[in-house]
Amino acid sequence: MERETALLLYRRMVQIRKFEEKLYQLFLTRPMPGSMHQYNGQEAVAVGVCAHLNRDDFITSTHRGHGHCIAKGAPIRALMAEMFAKTTGCCRAMGGSMHIADYSVGMLGAMGIVGSGMPVAVGAAWSSQYRRSGQVVACFFGDGAANEGAFHEALNLAGVWKLPVVFVCENNMYGFSTHYRRVTPVENIADRAASYGMPGVVVDGMDLRAVFDEAATAVDRARKGEGATLIECKTYRYMGHSRFEKAAYRSSEELDEWRKRDPLVLFRDFLLGSELVDAGELEGIDADVDREIEDAVDYAENSPDPKPHDYRQYIFKVNDEFPTRHQKES
Amino acid sequence: MPVKKIVDALNQALREEMDRDERVVLLGEDIGVFEGSYRVTEGLHAQFGEERVRDTPISEIAIIGAALGAALTGLRPVAEIQFNDFLACGMDQLCNQAAKIRFMLGGQVTVPMVVRAPYGATGRAAQHSQSLEAWFVHTPGLKVVMPSTPYDAKGLLKTAIRDDNPVLFLEHKLLYGATSPGGKAQTAVQELGEVFTPAPDEEYLLPFGAADVKRPGSDVTVVATGMMLHKSIKAARELAGADGIECEVIDPRTLVPLDRETIIDSVKKTGRLVVVSEDVMSCGVTAEISALVAEHALFYLDAPIRRVAVPDTPIPFAPVMEQAVIPQIGDIIEAVKSVVYR
Repeated sequence: MERETALLLYRRMVQIRKFEEKLYQLFLTRPMPGSMHQYNGQEAVAVGVCAHLNRDDFITSTHRGHGHCIAKGAPIRALMAEMFAKTTGCCRAMGGSMHIADYSVGMLGAMGIVGSGMPVAVGAAWSSQYRRSGQVVACFFGDGAANEGAFHEALNLAGVWKLPVVFVCENNMYGFSTHYRRVTPVENIADRAASYGMPGVVVDGMDLRAVFDEAATAVDRARKGEGATLIECKTYRYMGHSRFEKAAYRSSEELDEWRKRDPLVLFRDFLLGSELVDAGELEGIDADVDREIEDAVDYAENSPDPKPHDYRQYIFKVNDEFPTRHQKES
Repeated sequence: MPVKKIVDALNQALREEMDRDERVVLLGEDIGVFEGSYRVTEGLHAQFGEERVRDTPISEIAIIGAALGAALTGLRPVAEIQFNDFLACGMDQLCNQAAKIRFMLGGQVTVPMVVRAPYGATGRAAQHSQSLEAWFVHTPGLKVVMPSTPYDAKGLLKTAIRDDNPVLFLEHKLLYGATSPGGKAQTAVQELGEVFTPAPDEEYLLPFGAADVKRPGSDVTVVATGMMLHKSIKAARELAGADGIECEVIDPRTLVPLDRETIIDSVKKTGRLVVVSEDVMSCGVTAEISALVAEHALFYLDAPIRRVAVPDTPIPFAPVMEQAVIPQIGDIIEAVKSVVYR
């Protein structure tokens, strides 16, 4: 990994961590709209995969999508404003935490229904193959999604059509309250790849360098037209399933074990040990991101609220070619 | 040569749009090599090749989801779902994803996709006979089209393909005019009359949200789609001859967007409304159109609104039972007579 890349990836992980920590505070201390599903603990997955994607490569995201947005390069201000339900939000206050996504950086949406982004990712990969655009699609989903029918149909179609898609399973051990081994008869979800004629690999999802290396192989394979890969990243979410859900179904010892292998700490230690960077540089990035997050909160707070009927313009795209007198009703 | 069958009109629309725009691609079960279970894609695989006419696995989630993903990234896919009943398998992709993604993303994307599906009862029992349009009318974000003639089918499908929103395009099996190679599909086409307008060869488009008055009349407004439109026309002809009752028969053609003005204006003129549909009664299309008229033209009504639709039952298999639940010409005649008190 080159120095510049390493610093950028470190910055991305810090951005995600501090974005989530700030939101947690905000939800505790003031009325915030809706709920949220937080990404802290899983930073290495989104950042390690998106490191290999160009701006015009696509990703599909999930209900736990803040990290995917930041990793793909969405502006933090617009993300924060979306959390505040402001018109300057990336989704114009139409999506919130659950559907937060920025199409201009290649996000096809954050599907709030488990597994539902998977067939969409396959369609985008089909489109890329048909248009010979060389674009790759990374499809993020969780261990829960691997038990949805959409998982099977999506991987099967991607396998049989040899599509340029990388399926990234973020196995954070729990689908809401349920440990994946209570509802999944195999240890490794990646083993299922064999059924779809694609490679399946298990990777330490807390280790940015491990994710980075496996993603490099998978993205390269997709880009060369050799088809899809299923990467299973074993990872952990530090927070409960959603906003104030306390995660009483898991022990504090378990959480502590995972925290010992925190992705930011691991990567930081690696960087300092490798002498690629010095501690001062990393502290500089940390301070920089602190300022960036504070700026984003200011920006969001000072942005305008939507008007009650703003939603109407988003139900349908007005058909320019055939405007009819009835369109206003539709 | 104008085409006289809906199956040919749809085929021509697909062929013209694929010729015109290479972003138009087709996907579905048995649409390529086999050329479609109702023959709508006949010759297209041979002409446009595997890349543009793709046979899929039996995976309705993946078919609709792949169409959505392709639509979000520069293509204009047309997916075929073999029977509209199977839409239930891909419901999440159509109703939660395709219908809402532009909305949830605050208008960042457009979703130019069409999902075509045959509907209607043809002796295939409860899982291959439904008319499910109301499910999708009930899902804001989808447009819903139901052509009843070759002329309408071609012009509306071309418009659907050029629309930047997800369109559900429902085709009545008995109106195709083709027989299914997999079975003994019946057709009602040869019995249809003057309103079964052929589709001309040349290019034309029909706007959504514009109902067509298939038969003008002054005594009763009859609103019907698809196969029921033709049954209503026959009923109207009989009523005019035998009883001197003139029905105005309106085909909305698109249920979303719905041309409310044409229906309301007609009821204001006739003072009577009969709504005919092959979907079920409760919360169905007949309920919606009745409510529309009750809200906007109640004091123009000279009689209660009458609905002719399938009672709240799955479609039974035996022909005698199937025909008992599907609205018949006699049911429409009876309903019309009851509102003109003859």
